Amino acid sequence: MSNVIVYIEAENGEAKKHSLEAVAYGAAVAAQWGGQTVAVATADLSAEHAGEVAKYGADRILHIAGASNPQASDIAQLVAAAALQTNAGLVVLAKSIAGDLAVPMIGIKLGAAVVTNVTEVPNLAHGFTVKRAAYTGKAVTEVQLEGSIKVISIKKNAIGLVENPKAGALEAFAPTMAASSIMVKEVQKQTGELLLPEADIVVSGGRGLKGPENWGMIMDLAHTLHAATGCSKPVSDIGWRPHHEHVGQTGIKVSPNLYVAVGISGAIQHLAGVSSSKTIVVINKDPEAPFFKAADYGIVGDAFDIVPKLTAALKSAM
Amino acid sequence: MKILICISHVPDTNAKIPFKDGQPDLNGIAMVIAPYDDFALARAVELRDETKGKLTVLNVGLADTEPTIRKALAIGADDAIRVNAKPVDAYFVASQIAAIAQVEKYDIIMLGRESSDFNGGMVHGMVAEILGLPCVVPCMKMDLAGDKAVMYREIEGGKEVVEVAMPFVAGCQEPIAEWKIPNMRGIMSAKSKPLKVVEPAAATNHTSVVRYEMPTQRGTVKMIPADQVEQLVGFLKNEAKVI
Repeated sequence: MSNVIVYIEAENGEAKKHSLEAVAYGAAVAAQWGGQTVAVATADLSAEHAGEVAKYGADRILHIAGASNPQASDIAQLVAAAALQTNAGLVVLAKSIAGDLAVPMIGIKLGAAVVTNVTEVPNLAHGFTVKRAAYTGKAVTEVQLEGSIKVISIKKNAIGLVENPKAGALEAFAPTMAASSIMVKEVQKQTGELLLPEADIVVSGGRGLKGPENWGMIMDLAHTLHAATGCSKPVSDIGWRPHHEHVGQTGIKVSPNLYVAVGISGAIQHLAGVSSSKTIVVINKDPEAPFFKAADYGIVGDAFDIVPKLTAALKSAM
Repeated sequence: MKILICISHVPDTNAKIPFKDGQPDLNGIAMVIAPYDDFALARAVELRDETKGKLTVLNVGLADTEPTIRKALAIGADDAIRVNAKPVDAYFVASQIAAIAQVEKYDIIMLGRESSDFNGGMVHGMVAEILGLPCVVPCMKMDLAGDKAVMYREIEGGKEVVEVAMPFVAGCQEPIAEWKIPNMRGIMSAKSKPLKVVEPAAATNHTSVVRYEMPTQRGTVKMIPADQVEQLVGFLKNEAKVI
Protein backbone atom coordinates (compact mmCIF):
# COMPACT_ATOMS: atom_id res chain seq x y z
CA MET A 1 0.00 0.00 0.00
CA SER A 2 2.59 2.51 -1.11
CA ASN A 3 0.55 4.55 -3.59
CA VAL A 4 -0.90 7.95 -2.79
CA ILE A 5 -4.19 9.28 -4.12
CA VAL A 6 -4.60 13.04 -4.46
CA TYR A 7 -7.95 14.63 -5.27
CA ILE A 8 -7.79 17.49 -7.77
CA GLU A 9 -10.34 20.24 -7.40
CA ALA A 10 -10.62 22.21 -10.64
CA GLU A 11 -12.54 25.15 -12.06
CA ASN A 12 -12.77 26.40 -15.64
CA GLY A 13 -10.55 23.51 -16.72
CA GLU A 14 -7.67 24.37 -14.39
CA ALA A 15 -6.57 22.61 -11.23
CA LYS A 16 -6.90 24.79 -8.12
CA LYS A 17 -3.59 25.92 -6.69
CA HIS A 18 -4.27 24.23 -3.37
CA SER A 19 -4.80 20.90 -5.16
CA LEU A 20 -1.42 21.27 -6.86
CA GLU A 21 0.07 21.70 -3.40
CA ALA A 22 -1.72 18.48 -2.37
CA VAL A 23 -0.05 16.75 -5.32
CA ALA A 24 3.35 17.96 -4.12
CA TYR A 25 2.51 16.70 -0.65
CA GLY A 26 1.36 13.31 -1.88
CA ALA A 27 4.41 12.97 -4.12
CA ALA A 28 6.70 13.66 -1.16
CA VAL A 29 5.16 10.72 0.71
CA ALA A 30 5.02 8.44 -2.35
CA ALA A 31 8.73 9.06 -2.88
CA GLN A 32 9.51 7.84 0.63
CA TRP A 33 7.28 4.80 0.15
CA GLY A 34 8.52 3.95 -3.34
CA GLY A 35 4.97 4.19 -4.65
CA GLN A 36 3.09 6.19 -7.24
CA THR A 37 1.28 9.50 -6.92
CA VAL A 38 -2.10 9.09 -8.56
CA ALA A 39 -4.24 12.18 -9.02
CA VAL A 40 -7.99 11.84 -9.50
CA ALA A 41 -10.03 14.57 -11.18
CA THR A 42 -13.51 15.10 -12.55
CA ALA A 43 -14.29 16.66 -15.92
CA ASP A 44 -13.78 20.04 -14.19
CA LEU A 45 -10.12 19.48 -15.07
CA SER A 46 -9.58 19.71 -18.82
CA ALA A 47 -7.05 17.49 -20.56
CA GLU A 48 -5.14 20.59 -21.70
CA HIS A 49 -4.40 21.48 -18.06
CA ALA A 50 -3.36 18.00 -16.97
CA GLY A 51 0.26 19.04 -17.45
CA GLU A 52 0.09 21.28 -14.37
CA VAL A 53 -0.90 18.32 -12.24
CA ALA A 54 2.00 16.30 -13.69
CA LYS A 55 4.40 19.18 -12.98
CA TYR A 56 3.85 18.87 -9.23
CA GLY A 57 4.37 15.13 -9.08
CA ALA A 58 1.47 13.08 -10.45
CA ASP A 59 2.61 9.84 -12.10
CA ARG A 60 -0.92 9.12 -13.30
CA ILE A 61 -4.15 11.08 -13.50
CA LEU A 62 -7.45 9.21 -13.22
CA HIS A 63 -9.80 11.38 -15.23
CA ILE A 64 -13.57 11.08 -14.95
CA ALA A 65 -15.58 12.18 -17.97
CA GLY A 66 -18.40 13.60 -15.84
CA ALA A 67 -19.06 14.40 -12.16
CA SER A 68 -18.60 18.17 -12.75
CA ASN A 69 -19.04 20.51 -9.79
CA PRO A 70 -19.25 17.57 -7.39
CA GLN A 71 -20.91 17.71 -3.99
CA ALA A 72 -19.04 16.31 -0.99
CA SER A 73 -20.71 12.90 -1.31
CA ASP A 74 -19.67 12.72 -4.99
CA ILE A 75 -16.07 13.56 -4.13
CA ALA A 76 -16.11 10.96 -1.36
CA GLN A 77 -17.32 8.22 -3.71
CA LEU A 78 -14.90 8.92 -6.53
CA VAL A 79 -11.89 9.33 -4.25
CA ALA A 80 -12.68 6.16 -2.28
CA ALA A 81 -13.10 4.25 -5.54
CA ALA A 82 -9.75 5.53 -6.78
CA ALA A 83 -8.06 4.59 -3.49
CA LEU A 84 -9.44 1.04 -3.65
CA GLN A 85 -8.56 0.63 -7.31
CA THR A 86 -4.94 1.70 -6.75
CA ASN A 87 -4.52 -0.04 -3.38
CA ALA A 88 -3.52 3.34 -1.93
CA GLY A 89 -1.91 3.80 1.49
CA LEU A 90 -2.67 7.53 1.71
CA VAL A 91 -5.34 9.87 0.41
CA VAL A 92 -4.60 13.63 0.37
CA LEU A 93 -7.04 16.47 -0.16
CA ALA A 94 -6.43 20.20 0.04
CA LYS A 95 -8.90 22.09 2.21
CA SER A 96 -12.02 23.29 0.44
CA ILE A 97 -15.61 23.51 1.59
CA ALA A 98 -16.84 20.40 -0.22
CA GLY A 99 -13.52 18.62 0.20
CA ASP A 100 -13.59 19.15 3.97
CA LEU A 101 -16.89 17.28 4.21
CA ALA A 102 -15.75 14.57 1.78
CA VAL A 103 -12.67 13.77 3.91
CA PRO A 104 -14.45 12.14 6.88
CA MET A 105 -16.85 10.36 4.50
CA ILE A 106 -13.87 8.89 2.63
CA GLY A 107 -12.46 7.79 5.98
CA ILE A 108 -15.56 5.79 6.80
CA LYS A 109 -15.80 4.30 3.30
CA LEU A 110 -12.20 3.08 3.52
CA GLY A 111 -12.11 2.24 7.24
CA ALA A 112 -9.21 4.69 7.38
CA ALA A 113 -7.64 6.92 10.02
CA VAL A 114 -8.53 10.55 9.25
CA VAL A 115 -6.80 13.78 10.29
CA THR A 116 -7.65 17.25 8.98
CA ASN A 117 -5.85 20.61 8.88
CA VAL A 118 -2.40 19.05 8.71
CA THR A 119 0.37 21.66 8.66
CA GLU A 120 3.51 19.71 7.67
CA VAL A 121 4.65 16.69 5.73
CA PRO A 122 4.24 13.49 7.79
CA ASN A 123 6.92 12.00 9.98
CA LEU A 124 7.39 8.43 8.79
CA ALA A 125 10.18 7.57 11.23
CA HIS A 126 7.93 5.73 13.72
CA GLY A 127 4.62 4.94 12.07
CA PHE A 128 2.81 7.88 10.50
CA THR A 129 2.41 11.09 12.46
CA VAL A 130 1.32 14.57 11.36
CA LYS A 131 1.19 17.95 13.03
CA ARG A 132 -1.80 20.23 13.37
CA ALA A 133 -2.90 23.12 15.59
CA ALA A 134 -5.03 22.72 18.74
CA TYR A 135 -6.83 24.94 21.27
CA THR A 136 -7.19 27.96 19.00
CA GLY A 137 -3.49 27.89 18.12
CA LYS A 138 -2.34 27.66 21.76
CA ALA A 139 -0.67 24.33 21.05
CA VAL A 140 0.53 22.09 18.25
CA THR A 141 -0.36 18.40 18.40
CA GLU A 142 1.49 15.52 16.84
CA VAL A 143 -1.14 12.95 15.87
CA GLN A 144 -0.49 9.29 15.10
CA LEU A 145 -2.59 7.57 12.42
CA GLU A 146 -3.12 3.78 12.61
CA GLY A 147 -4.01 1.29 9.94
CA SER A 148 -3.00 0.51 6.40
CA ILE A 149 -4.76 3.46 4.80
CA LYS A 150 -4.87 7.07 5.95
CA VAL A 151 -6.84 10.11 4.82
CA ILE A 152 -5.66 13.65 5.46
CA SER A 153 -6.52 17.20 4.50
CA ILE A 154 -3.70 19.72 4.35
CA LYS A 155 -3.67 23.41 5.16
CA LYS A 156 -2.22 25.93 2.73
CA ASN A 157 1.61 26.07 2.93
CA ALA A 158 1.89 22.61 4.53
CA ILE A 159 4.52 21.91 1.88
CA GLY A 160 4.14 24.75 -0.62
CA LEU A 161 4.10 24.50 -4.41
CA VAL A 162 7.11 22.24 -4.94
CA GLU A 163 7.72 21.25 -8.57
CA ASN A 164 8.43 17.58 -9.16
CA PRO A 165 7.66 16.80 -12.81
CA LYS A 166 6.36 13.33 -13.52
CA ALA A 167 4.61 11.63 -16.44
CA GLY A 168 1.05 12.49 -15.33
CA ALA A 169 -0.43 10.03 -17.82
CA LEU A 170 -4.17 10.57 -18.24
CA GLU A 171 -6.35 7.49 -17.80
CA ALA A 172 -10.08 7.26 -18.18
CA PHE A 173 -11.74 6.45 -14.84
CA ALA A 174 -15.41 5.61 -14.49
CA PRO A 175 -16.29 4.75 -10.89
CA THR A 176 -19.83 3.67 -10.06
CA MET A 177 -21.49 6.56 -8.29
CA ALA A 178 -24.86 7.05 -6.65
CA ALA A 179 -26.37 10.51 -7.11
CA SER A 180 -26.64 12.74 -4.06
CA SER A 181 -30.10 13.04 -2.52
CA ILE A 182 -29.35 16.69 -1.75
CA MET A 183 -31.03 18.79 -4.43
CA VAL A 184 -29.38 22.09 -5.32
CA LYS A 185 -32.22 24.52 -6.03
CA GLU A 186 -30.30 27.74 -6.52
CA VAL A 187 -26.74 29.05 -6.51
CA GLN A 188 -25.94 32.55 -5.22
CA LYS A 189 -22.32 33.25 -5.97
CA GLN A 190 -20.16 36.32 -6.42
CA THR A 191 -17.94 35.89 -9.43
CA GLY A 192 -14.65 37.58 -10.16
CA GLU A 193 -13.98 38.17 -6.48
CA LEU A 194 -10.76 36.97 -4.91
CA LEU A 195 -11.79 34.27 -2.46
CA LEU A 196 -10.59 34.71 1.12
CA PRO A 197 -9.55 31.12 1.90
CA GLU A 198 -7.46 30.96 -1.29
CA ALA A 199 -5.95 34.46 -1.17
CA ASP A 200 -2.21 34.98 -0.85
CA ILE A 201 -2.79 38.45 0.60
CA VAL A 202 -5.69 39.60 2.79
CA VAL A 203 -6.53 43.11 3.99
CA SER A 204 -8.99 43.18 6.89
CA GLY A 205 -10.83 45.96 8.62
CA GLY A 206 -12.36 46.22 12.07
CA ARG A 207 -14.35 48.58 14.25
CA GLY A 208 -11.49 51.10 14.19
CA LEU A 209 -12.76 52.11 10.76
CA LYS A 210 -15.78 53.64 12.47
CA GLY A 211 -18.32 52.89 9.72
CA PRO A 212 -18.97 51.04 6.47
CA GLU A 213 -18.61 54.26 4.49
CA ASN A 214 -14.88 54.23 5.32
CA TRP A 215 -14.12 50.97 3.60
CA GLY A 216 -13.02 52.66 0.39
CA MET A 217 -9.43 52.93 1.57
CA ILE A 218 -9.42 49.23 2.54
CA MET A 219 -10.60 48.39 -0.98
CA ASP A 220 -7.90 50.62 -2.50
CA LEU A 221 -5.19 48.96 -0.42
CA ALA A 222 -6.54 45.49 -1.24
CA HIS A 223 -6.75 46.33 -4.92
CA THR A 224 -3.14 47.56 -4.95
CA LEU A 225 -1.96 44.37 -3.25
CA HIS A 226 -4.21 42.08 -5.38
CA ALA A 227 -5.64 41.03 -2.05
CA ALA A 228 -8.95 39.67 -0.80
CA THR A 229 -10.79 41.66 1.89
CA GLY A 230 -11.83 40.39 5.30
CA CYS A 231 -13.27 41.81 8.49
CA SER A 232 -13.63 41.14 12.19
CA LYS A 233 -16.76 39.53 13.67
CA PRO A 234 -18.20 42.69 15.32
CA VAL A 235 -18.08 44.45 11.96
CA SER A 236 -19.96 41.67 10.17
CA ASP A 237 -22.42 41.28 13.08
CA ILE A 238 -23.44 44.95 12.79
CA GLY A 239 -23.73 44.61 9.03
CA TRP A 240 -20.89 46.90 7.91
CA ARG A 241 -19.44 44.01 5.90
CA PRO A 242 -20.97 40.78 4.56
CA HIS A 243 -20.85 37.55 6.60
CA HIS A 244 -18.56 35.86 4.13
CA GLU A 245 -15.79 38.36 4.94
CA HIS A 246 -15.81 37.49 8.65
CA VAL A 247 -12.39 36.08 9.57
CA GLY A 248 -12.16 34.32 12.90
CA GLN A 249 -12.97 31.36 15.10
CA THR A 250 -16.53 31.04 13.79
CA GLY A 251 -15.78 32.53 10.39
CA ILE A 252 -13.22 32.03 7.68
CA LYS A 253 -9.78 30.75 8.59
CA VAL A 254 -7.18 32.25 6.26
CA SER A 255 -3.57 31.20 5.61
CA PRO A 256 -2.22 33.98 3.42
CA ASN A 257 1.40 34.98 2.94
CA LEU A 258 0.44 38.47 4.14
CA TYR A 259 -2.39 39.57 6.45
CA VAL A 260 -2.89 43.31 6.98
CA ALA A 261 -5.22 44.16 9.89
CA VAL A 262 -6.54 47.71 10.08
CA GLY A 263 -8.43 48.91 13.15
CA ILE A 264 -8.76 45.40 14.61
CA SER A 265 -7.76 44.96 18.24
CA GLY A 266 -6.86 41.28 17.94
CA ALA A 267 -9.17 39.36 20.25
CA ILE A 268 -8.24 35.70 20.42
CA GLN A 269 -11.40 34.76 18.49
CA HIS A 270 -10.07 36.79 15.54
CA LEU A 271 -6.52 35.49 15.93
CA ALA A 272 -7.93 31.97 15.63
CA GLY A 273 -8.72 32.77 12.01
CA VAL A 274 -5.37 34.33 11.09
CA SER A 275 -2.64 32.63 13.10
CA SER A 276 -1.55 30.54 10.11
CA SER A 277 -0.66 33.70 8.17
CA LYS A 278 3.00 33.89 7.17
CA THR A 279 3.36 37.63 7.84
CA ILE A 280 1.00 39.80 9.87
CA VAL A 281 0.93 43.61 9.72
CA VAL A 282 -1.16 45.46 12.31
CA ILE A 283 -2.25 49.09 11.98
CA ASN A 284 -4.06 50.40 15.06
CA LYS A 285 -4.21 53.68 16.96
CA ASP A 286 -4.07 51.83 20.32
CA PRO A 287 -0.49 50.85 21.22
CA GLU A 288 -1.92 48.36 23.75
CA ALA A 289 -3.95 46.50 21.14
CA PRO A 290 -3.31 42.77 21.75
CA PHE A 291 -2.87 42.22 18.01
CA PHE A 292 0.60 43.84 18.17
CA LYS A 293 1.77 40.85 20.24
CA ALA A 294 0.80 38.52 17.38
CA ALA A 295 2.21 40.70 14.60
CA ASP A 296 5.42 40.74 12.61
CA TYR A 297 5.16 44.45 11.77
CA GLY A 298 3.11 47.15 13.46
CA ILE A 299 2.25 50.79 13.03
CA VAL A 300 0.60 52.75 15.83
CA GLY A 301 -1.41 55.62 14.45
CA ASP A 302 -4.51 56.87 12.73
CA ALA A 303 -5.56 54.36 10.09
CA PHE A 304 -7.22 57.10 8.02
CA ASP A 305 -3.79 58.69 7.68
CA ILE A 306 -1.63 55.57 7.43
CA VAL A 307 -3.63 53.38 5.04
CA PRO A 308 -3.74 55.85 2.11
CA LYS A 309 -0.01 56.53 2.63
CA LEU A 310 0.69 52.80 2.59
CA THR A 311 -1.33 52.35 -0.59
CA ALA A 312 0.57 55.18 -2.26
CA ALA A 313 3.96 53.81 -1.15
CA LEU A 314 3.03 50.35 -2.43
CA LYS A 315 1.95 51.76 -5.79
CA SER A 316 5.38 53.37 -6.21
CA ALA A 317 7.20 50.21 -5.20
CA MET A 318 5.22 47.65 -7.20
CA MET B 1 -40.32 15.22 15.17
CA LYS B 2 -37.17 13.99 16.94
CA ILE B 3 -34.14 16.23 16.79
CA LEU B 4 -30.69 15.40 18.12
CA ILE B 5 -28.12 18.10 18.88
CA CYS B 6 -24.59 16.85 19.55
CA ILE B 7 -22.33 19.17 21.53
CA SER B 8 -18.67 19.29 22.42
CA HIS B 9 -17.42 20.36 25.86
CA VAL B 10 -14.44 22.62 25.19
CA PRO B 11 -12.26 25.22 26.92
CA ASP B 12 -13.49 28.81 26.68
CA THR B 13 -11.44 30.44 23.94
CA ASN B 14 -10.38 33.20 26.33
CA ALA B 15 -8.97 30.72 28.85
CA LYS B 16 -5.23 30.33 29.18
CA ILE B 17 -4.35 26.65 29.05
CA PRO B 18 -1.37 25.60 31.18
CA PHE B 19 0.68 22.64 30.02
CA LYS B 20 1.99 20.24 32.66
CA ASP B 21 4.45 17.55 31.57
CA GLY B 22 3.56 18.26 27.97
CA GLN B 23 -0.17 17.71 28.53
CA PRO B 24 -2.90 20.35 28.69
CA ASP B 25 -4.17 20.84 32.24
CA LEU B 26 -7.86 21.69 31.93
CA ASN B 27 -8.60 21.55 35.68
CA GLY B 28 -10.33 24.71 36.79
CA ILE B 29 -10.54 26.14 33.26
CA ALA B 30 -13.87 27.60 32.18
CA MET B 31 -15.47 25.04 29.86
CA VAL B 32 -18.26 25.85 27.44
CA ILE B 33 -20.43 24.48 24.63
CA ALA B 34 -18.28 24.80 21.50
CA PRO B 35 -19.22 28.04 19.65
CA TYR B 36 -20.42 26.43 16.41
CA ASP B 37 -22.54 24.00 18.46
CA ASP B 38 -24.21 27.01 20.11
CA PHE B 39 -25.48 28.08 16.66
CA ALA B 40 -26.82 24.60 15.95
CA LEU B 41 -28.41 24.32 19.41
CA ALA B 42 -30.16 27.68 19.06
CA ARG B 43 -31.74 26.68 15.74
CA ALA B 44 -32.57 23.21 17.07
CA VAL B 45 -34.56 24.77 19.94
CA GLU B 46 -36.46 26.97 17.47
CA LEU B 47 -37.28 24.00 15.23
CA ARG B 48 -38.39 21.93 18.23
CA ASP B 49 -40.73 24.77 19.25
CA GLU B 50 -42.09 25.12 15.70
CA THR B 51 -42.79 21.39 15.30
CA LYS B 52 -43.74 20.72 18.94
CA GLY B 53 -41.25 17.87 18.72
CA LYS B 54 -38.55 16.63 21.07
CA LEU B 55 -34.96 17.86 21.26
CA THR B 56 -32.28 15.64 22.79
CA VAL B 57 -28.77 16.88 23.49
CA LEU B 58 -25.92 14.39 23.34
CA ASN B 59 -22.31 14.62 24.48
CA VAL B 60 -19.54 12.03 24.55
CA GLY B 61 -17.56 12.73 27.70
CA LEU B 62 -16.83 11.86 31.32
CA ALA B 63 -18.84 13.21 34.27
CA ASP B 64 -17.06 16.58 34.13
CA THR B 65 -19.06 17.49 31.01
CA GLU B 66 -22.41 17.44 32.82
CA PRO B 67 -22.47 21.15 33.69
CA THR B 68 -22.06 21.90 29.98
CA ILE B 69 -24.84 19.44 29.11
CA ARG B 70 -27.07 21.17 31.70
CA LYS B 71 -26.35 24.49 29.92
CA ALA B 72 -27.77 22.99 26.73
CA LEU B 73 -30.82 21.80 28.70
CA ALA B 74 -31.16 25.32 30.14
CA ILE B 75 -31.06 26.77 26.63
CA GLY B 76 -33.99 24.53 25.76
CA ALA B 77 -33.21 20.89 25.00
CA ASP B 78 -35.79 18.49 26.49
CA ASP B 79 -33.47 15.74 27.63
CA ALA B 80 -29.87 14.66 27.44
CA ILE B 81 -27.65 11.65 26.88
CA ARG B 82 -24.08 11.49 28.05
CA VAL B 83 -22.02 8.63 26.61
CA ASN B 84 -19.64 7.88 29.44
CA ALA B 85 -16.31 7.87 27.60
CA LYS B 86 -13.42 10.13 26.71
CA PRO B 87 -13.92 11.55 23.20
CA VAL B 88 -10.65 9.99 22.05
CA ASP B 89 -11.04 10.82 18.38
CA ALA B 90 -13.67 11.82 15.85
CA TYR B 91 -14.28 8.27 14.64
CA PHE B 92 -14.87 7.05 18.20
CA VAL B 93 -17.29 9.93 18.89
CA ALA B 94 -19.12 9.46 15.57
CA SER B 95 -19.48 5.73 16.29
CA GLN B 96 -21.18 6.52 19.61
CA ILE B 97 -23.57 9.03 18.07
CA ALA B 98 -24.41 6.66 15.23
CA ALA B 99 -25.06 3.74 17.58
CA ILE B 100 -27.63 5.79 19.51
CA ALA B 101 -29.17 7.34 16.39
CA GLN B 102 -29.58 3.90 14.85
CA VAL B 103 -31.95 3.00 17.72
CA GLU B 104 -33.63 6.39 18.27
CA LYS B 105 -34.12 7.22 14.58
CA TYR B 106 -33.91 11.01 14.83
CA ASP B 107 -35.38 13.04 11.97
CA ILE B 108 -32.62 15.63 12.15
CA ILE B 109 -29.11 15.32 13.64
CA MET B 110 -27.43 18.70 14.17
CA LEU B 111 -23.88 19.55 15.12
CA GLY B 112 -21.64 22.58 14.88
CA ARG B 113 -19.47 22.83 11.78
CA GLU B 114 -16.39 22.03 13.87
CA SER B 115 -15.35 22.20 17.53
CA SER B 116 -13.11 24.97 18.78
CA ASP B 117 -10.65 22.74 20.63
CA PHE B 118 -9.40 20.65 17.74
CA ASN B 119 -11.24 22.03 14.68
CA GLY B 120 -11.47 18.55 13.18
CA GLY B 121 -14.79 19.08 11.39
CA MET B 122 -15.16 15.31 10.91
CA VAL B 123 -17.87 14.00 13.23
CA HIS B 124 -20.90 15.12 11.17
CA GLY B 125 -19.58 13.57 7.94
CA MET B 126 -18.66 10.35 9.74
CA VAL B 127 -22.04 10.03 11.47
CA ALA B 128 -23.84 10.60 8.17
CA GLU B 129 -21.68 8.08 6.31
CA ILE B 130 -22.07 5.41 9.03
CA LEU B 131 -25.86 5.87 9.03
CA GLY B 132 -26.15 6.26 5.25
CA LEU B 133 -27.75 9.69 5.58
CA PRO B 134 -27.31 12.87 3.52
CA CYS B 135 -25.15 15.51 5.17
CA VAL B 136 -25.23 19.29 4.66
CA VAL B 137 -22.16 21.17 5.86
CA PRO B 138 -21.80 24.10 6.34
CA CYS B 139 -25.47 24.83 6.96
CA MET B 140 -26.16 28.57 7.29
CA LYS B 141 -29.96 28.48 7.37
CA MET B 142 -32.48 25.69 7.97
CA ASP B 143 -36.23 25.79 7.40
CA LEU B 144 -38.60 22.84 7.41
CA ALA B 145 -41.13 22.13 4.69
CA GLY B 146 -43.11 18.99 5.44
CA ASP B 147 -40.78 16.01 5.45
CA LYS B 148 -37.99 18.02 3.82
CA ALA B 149 -35.67 20.80 4.89
CA VAL B 150 -34.55 23.76 2.83
CA MET B 151 -31.08 24.94 3.79
CA TYR B 152 -28.44 27.42 2.73
CA ARG B 153 -25.11 25.68 2.26
CA GLU B 154 -21.92 27.76 2.08
CA ILE B 155 -19.82 27.38 -1.06
CA GLU B 156 -16.69 29.23 -2.17
CA GLY B 157 -17.76 32.78 -2.94
CA GLY B 158 -21.38 32.40 -1.91
CA LYS B 159 -24.08 29.91 -1.04
CA GLU B 160 -26.46 27.33 -2.49
CA VAL B 161 -30.06 26.74 -1.61
CA VAL B 162 -30.47 23.00 -1.12
CA GLU B 163 -33.35 20.73 -0.30
CA VAL B 164 -33.15 17.32 1.31
CA ALA B 165 -35.60 14.86 2.81
CA MET B 166 -35.39 13.80 6.43
CA PRO B 167 -33.59 12.13 8.05
CA PHE B 168 -30.33 14.04 7.52
CA VAL B 169 -27.27 15.38 9.33
CA ALA B 170 -26.29 19.08 9.35
CA GLY B 171 -23.10 20.83 10.47
CA CYS B 172 -24.17 24.36 11.34
CA GLN B 173 -22.67 27.84 11.48
CA GLU B 174 -23.84 31.45 11.58
CA PRO B 175 -26.12 33.01 10.62
CA ILE B 176 -28.43 30.02 11.17
CA ALA B 177 -29.65 31.48 14.49
CA GLU B 178 -28.65 33.88 17.24
CA TRP B 179 -27.00 32.23 20.25
CA LYS B 180 -29.49 31.75 23.07
CA ILE B 181 -28.60 32.75 26.61
CA PRO B 182 -30.33 30.58 29.21
CA ASN B 183 -32.80 32.53 31.36
CA MET B 184 -33.56 31.84 35.03
CA ARG B 185 -36.51 29.59 34.18
CA GLY B 186 -34.35 27.61 31.79
CA ILE B 187 -31.60 27.17 34.36
CA MET B 188 -34.05 26.01 37.03
CA SER B 189 -35.85 23.55 34.76
CA ALA B 190 -32.54 22.17 33.47
CA LYS B 191 -31.81 20.75 36.93
CA SER B 192 -34.75 18.34 36.69
CA LYS B 193 -34.68 17.50 32.97
CA PRO B 194 -33.58 13.88 32.34
CA LEU B 195 -29.83 13.34 31.77
CA LYS B 196 -29.27 9.69 30.94
CA VAL B 197 -25.76 8.25 31.20
CA VAL B 198 -25.00 5.32 28.91
CA GLU B 199 -21.90 3.19 28.53
CA PRO B 200 -20.13 3.49 25.17
CA ALA B 201 -20.79 1.09 22.33
CA ALA B 202 -17.75 -0.98 21.42
CA ALA B 203 -15.66 1.18 19.09
CA THR B 204 -12.04 1.91 18.42
CA ASN B 205 -10.12 5.04 17.62
CA HIS B 206 -7.86 5.21 14.59
CA THR B 207 -5.84 8.24 15.68
CA SER B 208 -4.24 9.48 18.89
CA VAL B 209 -2.40 12.58 20.04
CA VAL B 210 1.14 11.49 20.88
CA ARG B 211 2.54 14.88 21.84
CA TYR B 212 1.67 18.51 22.49
CA GLU B 213 4.18 21.19 21.58
CA MET B 214 4.20 24.92 21.95
CA PRO B 215 3.63 26.75 18.67
CA THR B 216 6.61 28.54 17.16
CA GLN B 217 6.45 32.12 18.31
CA ARG B 218 6.51 34.88 15.79
CA GLY B 219 9.29 36.87 17.44
CA THR B 220 9.09 40.48 18.52
CA VAL B 221 7.02 42.77 16.39
CA LYS B 222 8.95 45.35 14.36
CA MET B 223 7.27 48.71 14.98
CA ILE B 224 7.38 51.28 12.21
CA PRO B 225 6.80 54.98 12.93
CA ALA B 226 3.54 56.31 11.52
CA ASP B 227 5.38 58.94 9.51
CA GLN B 228 7.66 56.39 7.83
CA VAL B 229 5.17 54.06 6.22
CA GLU B 230 7.49 53.48 3.22
CA GLN B 231 9.77 51.54 5.59
CA LEU B 232 7.06 48.92 5.90
CA VAL B 233 6.93 48.50 2.14
CA GLY B 234 10.69 47.88 2.16
CA PHE B 235 10.37 45.24 4.87
CA LEU B 236 7.47 43.48 3.15
CA LYS B 237 9.39 43.40 -0.11
CA ASN B 238 12.94 42.63 0.99
CA GLU B 239 12.66 41.02 4.40
CA ALA B 240 9.35 39.17 4.55
CA LYS B 241 9.31 38.83 0.74
CA VAL B 242 5.53 38.77 0.59
CA ILE B 243 5.02 41.43 -2.07
